[in-house]
Amino acid sequence: MRKDFRSPAGEIYTALRDVDLTVGAGEFCAVVGPTGCGKSTTLTLVSGMERATAGWVRVAGQDVSGITKGVGFMFQTDAILPWKNVLENVAAGPRYRGVDKRTAYADARDWIRRVGLAGFEDRYPHQLSGGMRKRVALAQNLINEPRILLMDEPFSALDVQTRALMSNELLGLWDLTHPAVVFVTHDLEEAIALADKVVVMTAGPGGTVKAEFPIDLPRPRVVQEIRFEPEFVDLYHRVWETLRAEVDIAYSRTQSPAGVTR
Amino acid sequence: MTSVTVAAAGRKTRRSGAHAVRRKLLVHGVQVAVLVVVLGFWQLYVGSDSRKIILYGVPSGIVGRLKEWITVGTAVGSLGDQIRVTLEEALLGFLIGTVLGIVFGLAMGRVRFLADVFGPFIKVLNSIPRIVLGSVFVLAFGLGLESKVMLVIVLVFFGVFFNAFQGAREVDRNLIANARILGASRWQATRQVVLPSAFTWIVASLHVAFGFALIGAIVGEFIGGLQGLGVLIKTAQGTFDANGVWAAMVIMGAVALAAEWLITRLEKRLLRWRPPQLSGPDL
Ligand SMILES: Nc1ncnc2c1ncn2[C@@H]1O[C@H](COP(=O)(O)OP(=O)(O)OP(=O)(O)O)[C@@H](O)[C@H]1O
Ligand SMILES: [Mg+2]
Repeated sequence: MRKDFRSPAGEIYTALRDVDLTVGAGEFCAVVGPTGCGKSTTLTLVSGMERATAGWVRVAGQDVSGITKGVGFMFQTDAILPWKNVLENVAAGPRYRGVDKRTAYADARDWIRRVGLAGFEDRYPHQLSGGMRKRVALAQNLINEPRILLMDEPFSALDVQTRALMSNELLGLWDLTHPAVVFVTHDLEEAIALADKVVVMTAGPGGTVKAEFPIDLPRPRVVQEIRFEPEFVDLYHRVWETLRAEVDIAYSRTQSPAGVTR
Repeated sequence: MTSVTVAAAGRKTRRSGAHAVRRKLLVHGVQVAVLVVVLGFWQLYVGSDSRKIILYGVPSGIVGRLKEWITVGTAVGSLGDQIRVTLEEALLGFLIGTVLGIVFGLAMGRVRFLADVFGPFIKVLNSIPRIVLGSVFVLAFGLGLESKVMLVIVLVFFGVFFNAFQGAREVDRNLIANARILGASRWQATRQVVLPSAFTWIVASLHVAFGFALIGAIVGEFIGGLQGLGVLIKTAQGTFDANGVWAAMVIMGAVALAAEWLITRLEKRLLRWRPPQLSGPDL
């Protein structure tokens, strides 16, 4: 599929070109690529927030039109409601779907406990740390038991230790409901440690899939330790070779904006 | 090399508590002083010169007039009745105008089609000097309550409308998208995401809108009315009673302040979730 953006001035910017990507049910797919290559755009297309300019996006055999059902989305920036407390935020999904308050809140309490926020039910988002807000967003999505979880650099704003911890917990939680995951990240280590498959995208404009790497490291994995395994190091080198070329291209384009073609 | 030390000092905080009290006393003291100086000059300048009293009024005379109104009543009936009539007009119009403003503002902010169709109409209506409509309403609806309420609605509506519209437009797109993905319908997203998010904007407009409501009610009475503070002012003016005009203004000021206090309370309640702006040092 292809995605064009039209600027207010009428110029057309092709963000994605000839993207062909399939994620199986229950598969954990990580997407890496240089900044601006269209990773976030890909996710918005899958979620149905944006429509593809050409080609198609299918979820469970159905063409995407309007917001896709059974999808969860963790945004790059915070998207939880600042005027609702943790409990209300997590219970939002079931409440929208008309589940009665008592059931929704009981469910929400369960998920709050699972993401490690027990005791913080009454806090408002501004009273939480960045990592805690991410946990709220995670619980908010998982409570809907989505078939597909789209995650846009969910942990990029966190420090290294917290990120490793959250990654681990994510794997644990993923095991509970086993949705298909599309996990966008800048961090190649994180990608390999988490995923069944790492997708490398080419530099934008007109980003596309450059290569896919199956990751057959055994599960369950411990994110903090897996990176010392020889297989991991080997994979890392192979993927990095591919990624580096694109990062270089993207970087040289930012150095000479004239090189950006429309 | 610089070093940074962070330590909590109990004694220091206690002392700064005393400091805060002193500061508050100072602020209030200066406020009273300013008032005394201004009123004092006014009183001394006018003195007992009867020509100047007719032209400018005098503080002692204003107090006298207020006392008279409270104890004896005014030329058009008891003071309480006048205040009640004006407040009734202002509040009724304020409520209707605010609700209409919020509903239209959010609807047009959310649905582009509506904005495209009705945008030009609203712009045109907003550009005419609406206070003139007061005459039209008095002619059309008579000297009673309706004409004033209509004028107030017209005055209140636009301020609230534009803020609600802007508020609906400024809502973080991610918040709406997130709600929609979590399963909210468009209506649910409007009610639970757009409305609360636009509330900061809407509440900000309420302060100004209530001022307009009082102005609308009084001007309406001024143009044509039988009772109310506006009529009181008009009567005072007709009898060259500057003190009476000022006294009515003092009452309006008190009413406006009370309303302002109520709106601030409402604001605090509705926007409880926000981090307190006033805690911590100034930035
Ligand atoms: N609404 C839009 N209008 C115009 N151009 C857009 C829009 N959204 C994204 N783009 C452009 O599309 C390209 C891809 O954007 P996208 O956000 O998908 O990048 P990304 O890969 O997620 O980058 P990052 O890793 O920095 O988040 C960028 O060059 C961006 O400028
Ligand atoms: Mg992105």
